[in-house]
Amino acid sequence: MHRLFVFLIAGWSGFLVMAIELLSGRILAPNFGNSIYVWGGVITVFMLALSVGYLLGGRWSLRDPSLRRLASLLIAGAVAVIPVIFLADPLLDWLFDRIRDPRYGSLASAALLFFAPTAIAGMVSPYAVRLLVNESRHSGHFAGLLYFVSTFGSAAGTILTSFYLVLYFEIDQILAGLIGVSLLLGLLALVFGNFGNASKQ
Amino acid sequence: MRRSNRFNALLALFASFASFATSPSTAMTVVHTEKSLYRNIVVYEESGERCMSFTRRNQTTRQTCQFLSDPNQFVFTYTRMMMGALYLNPHPRKILVIGLGGGVLPMALARMFPDARIDIVEIDPAVVKVAQQFFGFNPSPQIQVFEEDGRVFVKRAGKSGRQYDLIMLDAFDHEYIPEHLLTQEFLFEVKALLTPDGVLAANTFSSSRLYHHESTTYQAVFGSFYNLRIALKNRIILIKMDGLPPLDAIKANAVALEEKLKPLGFGGDWLLPLFSTERDWDAKARVLTDQYSPSNLLNSLF
Repeated sequence: MHRLFVFLIAGWSGFLVMAIELLSGRILAPNFGNSIYVWGGVITVFMLALSVGYLLGGRWSLRDPSLRRLASLLIAGAVAVIPVIFLADPLLDWLFDRIRDPRYGSLASAALLFFAPTAIAGMVSPYAVRLLVNESRHSGHFAGLLYFVSTFGSAAGTILTSFYLVLYFEIDQILAGLIGVSLLLGLLALVFGNFGNASKQ
Repeated sequence: MRRSNRFNALLALFASFASFATSPSTAMTVVHTEKSLYRNIVVYEESGERCMSFTRRNQTTRQTCQFLSDPNQFVFTYTRMMMGALYLNPHPRKILVIGLGGGVLPMALARMFPDARIDIVEIDPAVVKVAQQFFGFNPSPQIQVFEEDGRVFVKRAGKSGRQYDLIMLDAFDHEYIPEHLLTQEFLFEVKALLTPDGVLAANTFSSSRLYHHESTTYQAVFGSFYNLRIALKNRIILIKMDGLPPLDAIKANAVALEEKLKPLGFGGDWLLPLFSTERDWDAKARVLTDQYSPSNLLNSLF
């Protein structure tokens, strides 16, 4: 039960990051266009945020690692997506009036809207590795498994969002769905994960 | 250098196969190839025409063609149909063209209206370069090119209060649609740039499921419009801000413009019968918005 939730959270956070990254191009296009440098700005911010997230997640795993805390990371990441729904339009308009160059406009927009949720989602992976590994000789095996699950989740998030979700839903509806699933999974992990873990011990 | 020669030779070989499939009597020569940030541009000559193409597989992706013997004459039916906008506003003074291609439309407008100012927005600097080198496109104090995203230009122009009495949207081809240029919000931004009697001409699609969505989107923003349609080929939407002029007024303008349009190779007898206000789309099709704009997916569905 415990392990299942760790993998589910890692896979889902991979899904979440790529779904949001794809949508972010859409969200920025009305103000900064669809040029190659808009995607450059978006991808730069996501990569930077993930790198910082990995660093922080690894650090945080040093003290009292628990599934409860991993679940709270996912919940925090979901909460950090909420401003994208409500603040994107006014924020993008505000930046549009201040930054003429679409390169820096898209970079600044992506940083303000997507850095926090992506960094938090990035914290999940190293933290999850810590929860799975009991002995150092198994660390590579579990790290590999976890990369597999989280990157597989990313692939799923990419294809589902770009092939199907945008055909049926509005951007904000997709975001709300992503937030909803994240909160649900996080809460389930808080409740059942700990319960399962406690009963096992 | 060597490599690009070999590449050209290969292209020419490939192209001659392609043209053999369509018309065995003519050979196709590749004049120029250029890789840009967005696409591969190929300039080739075939059957007395010089064309700019964004991909080289088949003819439907041709962006611009010119007759080598008479570059002023329009080769494409869609450019002729775009000129239908002049039947709604015969004397444009401030013109905006979004999407340059070979620059055939703005150059023709500049010749017809020497006093008009023409702004052009083109996202791809390589297209501007190729248009200048191979299609006689010639920026001047009268014709100014802005190398940026059409949406960004329109939004900024709206904020600075710029106005146009003729806007031509020509940013799509059959392979790829910039989805942020086909939403209700974008069209409202375009609408804000039009003078009270301004005219909008949009080159869009006549086939695929997108036809219905595009129609309801334009209707949601502008109300009724003239729909010029050639089945399975082109579809031009014509809008006038102060209401659609009746066909009588259109015909009167057509007569007045007959001499000016003659060098382009067509006249009212060809263009007028295309004018229609008939609604031939599904009125329930979902309006495209910045929140919902899967235009490329819809364009691949039938």
